This record gives sequence, structure tokens and C-alpha cells, in this order.
Amino acid sequence: MTEYLIQASEIYKHFNDTRAVDGVSLRIKAGEIYGLVGSDGAGKTTTMRLLVGALKADAGEVDICGYDINKQTEDARSQFGYLSQRFSMYEDLTVLENIRFFAEVRGLKSDEWLARSMEILEFVGLDRFTDRLAGQLSGGMKQKLGLASALVTRPRVLLLDEPTTGVDPVTRQDFWQLVIRLASPSPSGRGDRGEGDVSVIISTPYMDEASRCHRVGFMKNGKIIAEDTPSNLRARLNGRVLELRGSPINLLRHVAQKIEDVEDVAAFGDKLHVRVRAGKSDLIMKRLPDEIKSAGGVLTELRAIPSTLEDVFIALSEQSNESHP
Amino acid sequence: MNSRLMSIIRKEFIQIFRDVRTLAMILVIPIMQLFLLGYSATNDVRNIPLAVLDQSRSVESRALLDAYRSADYFRIAYTVQSEAEIETLISSGDARAAIIIPPDYAQRLYEGNAQVAFILDGSDPTSASTALSASLLIGQSHSTGILMEKFERSGMNLRVQPPVQVRTRVWYNPDMISAHFMIPGVIGMILYAIAAILTASSVVRERERGTIEQLIVTPIRPWELIVGKLMPYVILGFFNTIEVLAVGHWWFGMPIRGDLGLILILSVVFLTTGLGIGLFASTIANTQQEAMLTVWMTLLPSIFLSGFFFPLEAMPRILQWLSYLMPLRYYLVIIRSLLLKGVGLEMIQSDVIAMTLFAVGIMTAAALRFRKRLD
Repeated sequence: MTEYLIQASEIYKHFNDTRAVDGVSLRIKAGEIYGLVGSDGAGKTTTMRLLVGALKADAGEVDICGYDINKQTEDARSQFGYLSQRFSMYEDLTVLENIRFFAEVRGLKSDEWLARSMEILEFVGLDRFTDRLAGQLSGGMKQKLGLASALVTRPRVLLLDEPTTGVDPVTRQDFWQLVIRLASPSPSGRGDRGEGDVSVIISTPYMDEASRCHRVGFMKNGKIIAEDTPSNLRARLNGRVLELRGSPINLLRHVAQKIEDVEDVAAFGDKLHVRVRAGKSDLIMKRLPDEIKSAGGVLTELRAIPSTLEDVFIALSEQSNESHP
Repeated sequence: MNSRLMSIIRKEFIQIFRDVRTLAMILVIPIMQLFLLGYSATNDVRNIPLAVLDQSRSVESRALLDAYRSADYFRIAYTVQSEAEIETLISSGDARAAIIIPPDYAQRLYEGNAQVAFILDGSDPTSASTALSASLLIGQSHSTGILMEKFERSGMNLRVQPPVQVRTRVWYNPDMISAHFMIPGVIGMILYAIAAILTASSVVRERERGTIEQLIVTPIRPWELIVGKLMPYVILGFFNTIEVLAVGHWWFGMPIRGDLGLILILSVVFLTTGLGIGLFASTIANTQQEAMLTVWMTLLPSIFLSGFFFPLEAMPRILQWLSYLMPLRYYLVIIRSLLLKGVGLEMIQSDVIAMTLFAVGIMTAAALRFRKRLD
């Protein structure tokens, strides 16, 4: 037995001329929350669909809890819960009918589905809506129903494809609390598992969500171009991000961009984030005030700040653009 | 029983019963079709409106008209004074046929060479040909009658009778009621259309609404998904068969002479070809409209090349060959034989075998094409 619950090695998938997934490898342990981040069209959804076997990979292998998704498809599928990006519960069935259907086809016996369904609906906070048609739920409730149906058989692996896209911030917060509870060590231990110790792979376009993951893989053009813990990823830009405040902001931006060794200037509200080449921040901290003054601008604040994941991903995107024009 | 399979069947039934409009259509359309076709698609020609121009106005001419009147093929709708009026009536469609009795009719009848003109609107060949043969028959028997009378009156004391008499006897459908021929066809068409269209759209709907993605990643085996999806429509189709048979029998008086059990079993076999076509269409189509069109494209040739409306024997050779590819062809032979003739299995063996082969073949092809995947 392997300690990894999800293992993918060198999977490829192309659609016509597009290489949607171009040699992705992944390993995810029990209790780990893995974030797959990247912009639209980076290949996140295709990767998820390859992992669950909804699409067949051109090459490469996927192994879920020791079952090969291509050869032991249905065995592998009884190990995981999957929440697709598009809402895919039956809108003409009620909440409970949906849960019952997915519980039973995924192997719950007729005498255990009801208790378990009520338990999981309570867990996601839908226990008061059992008789409502799924089509009449709000966006956030739909996602919770999807999560409940993915969780109803207590899977050890959970795959969530952009579960919070289009969901309000409060519900997003709720949703993440549920995910974190699922991945935390189970209080009752392995034997009689409650919710816990689940491996979660979650794709998201949001950087604040990425920073909640234990490990993050950054996808671009079908490849994972960087993979690490959020803090290690941030450390890549340690001391290379300067925060700049002053006026007029456009002038400041213009001046900063012209300085050699400045890689990128990005506006964050009334501030600018200036990314500089490694080891050059002291030099630029000295040069910038003079340059701004001589251009007729006013500098009110200039300091080195800890980088955010967003800074890291923008930097990574540009790097990969340079290497693959 | 396999619980995954049961869950799928239950889910399909919940969805069918929740969609009240579709359910009503499934239940009402067969009856509507039956009434439409039972009454409209009939070759029985009765009461053809006839215009009469009687220039003779004699006892003899009235006797001839009485002969027409007493056969219920014609209804003397207009008595006119000129040929121009006849032309107007026929071109407006108010009269479909006309008879002109010339002024010297009575005179020439005695001379033995009377003529009358019979004019027909040939734009509808079916009723025209019936009218034509009916008119010839009436004329012939009328003149035979006159001839006999003449013989008797001339004092030839022979027992005279025509040299050949053809005595016809029609078996199975003695009154030749078209509805009795049509109803079995309607059953076949309904089974095929309902099964194919509903199956195709129930699978394609999952794809359209995105629910297929969640269904795919469950541990349902592909065969369980296929059987679970088809079973509700087998049951509905079975119900439709009984529905149409019952209305056909009690309303239209269609006989059920064969073994009812055999009729139902073979109907389910035929239903399977429809389900197979539907499943196959669902593997091609991405939207419900596409699925519907695909099914329609197979439905129309099925109807026209199966002997539903038009006798196969009258078709060009190539269409007769093509008709062997239509499963409906075999089913129509089977169901008409069973209902109207009441024959046993041994008389329809080859059709049963052919139909079963088609059912198995189509279903296998569809099942092989059916993938539990998005691509």
C-alpha cells in the first residue's frame, strides 16, 4: 500500500490542436489539502476530469487509493467523492432524493442511507431543506448539496473542481471550514471514521483560497509549473516586493517601470507593488525616491513587504511566458 | 436485485412522474394517434358525391340511377341540367364523379347498344379507383339484369345464367375495415417512436444538463446504467401497447384472435429495437433536438417502407429490398397476423427471427458505442 491516496504520473490530454494537459504528475497524501490553481484555460478542470476518469488520458496513469482509474475504474470510483465545476445534481429531484440516489449507487445499503444522508445534510447545513427541489436552491446551497452528495459514502479522497466560483463570501467561508474539518485528523481514529483524514484536491482561481491549502500546484498551459507549500512559494519572492504609495499614482508607476531591475509593477488599490530582481531591492530603495522627485511626483511611503501568493503567481506566469513564447 | 440498478430505475421514474406534461404526452399521444389514423387513414371509400345529368328522364334511366343509389359507394348529391354544371361541380370538388345519361338512352337500350358517360375526378387516385370499379360493377350487374329480363320476356324458356360467377369471400377482415389494418400499425409506430425518442432524450438530457458528469464518476457499471435507463421505457412502452390494444379492441372492434401473451412478448422484443435506436441516437446527439431529429430520420423510412400504409408488393424492387432493413416491417407482419388471423408462432417464425436479430444487433451496437465518459 502506498501512503499517497492520489497519484498521477505524466498524464496527457489533447483536444484537437490544444494540449490541455501536458504531462501532469501529482501525489497527494491522506489529510492533505492540495490546491490546483491557475487562470481559466490553464487545464485545471481537464486535470480533474482525468483524475476521476470522466475523460480518458492520452497517456499516463492515475491511481486512486491503489486502484488504477483506467483498469479498475469502478473500484477506484467507489473511493472518491467528486464535485464537478458545473452543478450536476438533478434539478427535478429534491435534496433528499438526490442524496439518496448518489448514496445508493455508490454502495450504501437501503437501511443505512437515510441516517447517513441526514447526518451529512446536517454537516453541510441543508438538513432543513430535504424536500426542496435541487433546482430551487441558491448557488451556495447547490454547492453544499454537491459536497454532501460527494461525501455521503465517507470517501477517503475528495476532488472539488472550483467549488466556490460564483458563491458569496460567507458561504465560501463556510465551505472552507467544512473542507478543513474533513482533512483534519479524525478524532475517533481510523477504525470508525467520522469525517476526517480525507485527501482533498481542490481547484480554484482564487489566491486567498490557494493560501489555505497545504500544498499548491500552479498550472499554466497544461503544466504544473510550480508546486510547494504556500509559505515556500511566497519565500521565492522574499525581499523582492516593495510597496509604494504616493501621487500621482500613474507617474509613480511609469517611473518605477523604467528602472532597470524592476520586473513588474502592479497596482493594488492606492498602492503599487514593485517586484525587483533578486538582490536589487536595496539599490532600488535608494534610487526610487530620487527618480520620483526629479519626475515631479510625491512619494509618501516605500517599504519592503512580505510577498503574497498573488505576487508569486504573477511572477511565475511571466517567467513561463518568457520560456514559452 | 441489484440495488444500484434499482436506484437508477427509481430515479428515472421519479423524473418521469415529476414531468407531468411529458407523462401526459406519453399516455395521450398513442390514443390520439390511434383515433387519427383509425378514422382518417382509411381506404374505405363510401358516399362519393355524384352529379347526375339525366337527359333521358325515362323509367329506364331512373332504374339505372336506382342501381347507383342502392350501392352505398355513391351518394347522388346533385341533379344538374347541363354538362357545364358538371364541370363546375367537379372542378370545385363538390362532386367527385358524374354520370351523364343521353336523351336516347331508353331507345338505344332496346336496340341493345345504350351508352352512358361516367366522369371521374382522378386527382385522388384511391377514391377514383374505387369509384371506377364500383361504377363498372354497378353498370355490369345492371345490364346483366336487363339482359336476363329480355331473355325471359322473349319467351325463351331456358334457365339462363351468366356462364361464370365469381363468388368472393374475404377472410380475416371480411368487411375490409381499414382501421383493423391500421391499428396494429399504430401500435408498431407508437412503440418505436416512444421508445426511441424517450430513451434518446433521457440520456441526452443528462448530457445537456451536466448531470452526466456526476453519473459517470459513480461506480455504476455501464450495463447497469443502460438497463436502468431503458427499463422505465420498456414498462411505459408495454403500458402503451396494452392501452392501444384495449382501445383498438373495444372502440374500433379490432379482433384479437391470437395469443395475447405472445403478442405482448413479441411487442417487447420489437420495443427493444426502438430502445436500441434511441440509445444509439443518444451516442451521436449532443442536444435533445439532435436526438429527436436522428430518431425522426429513422422513423419516416420505417413507416413508409414497412407496409404501414402502402403495400410492399407494389413498391419498386429496390424499395422492397430496403424494407428488409426496417424492423417495423417484421413487427407489422407479426402483429397483423396475430391480431387478425390468430395464427400461431410457427406461421410467423421467419419474421420473429428477423425481428429478434435486429433487436439484438441494434442493442449491441448501441451498447458498444455507449461510453461512460465525457469524451
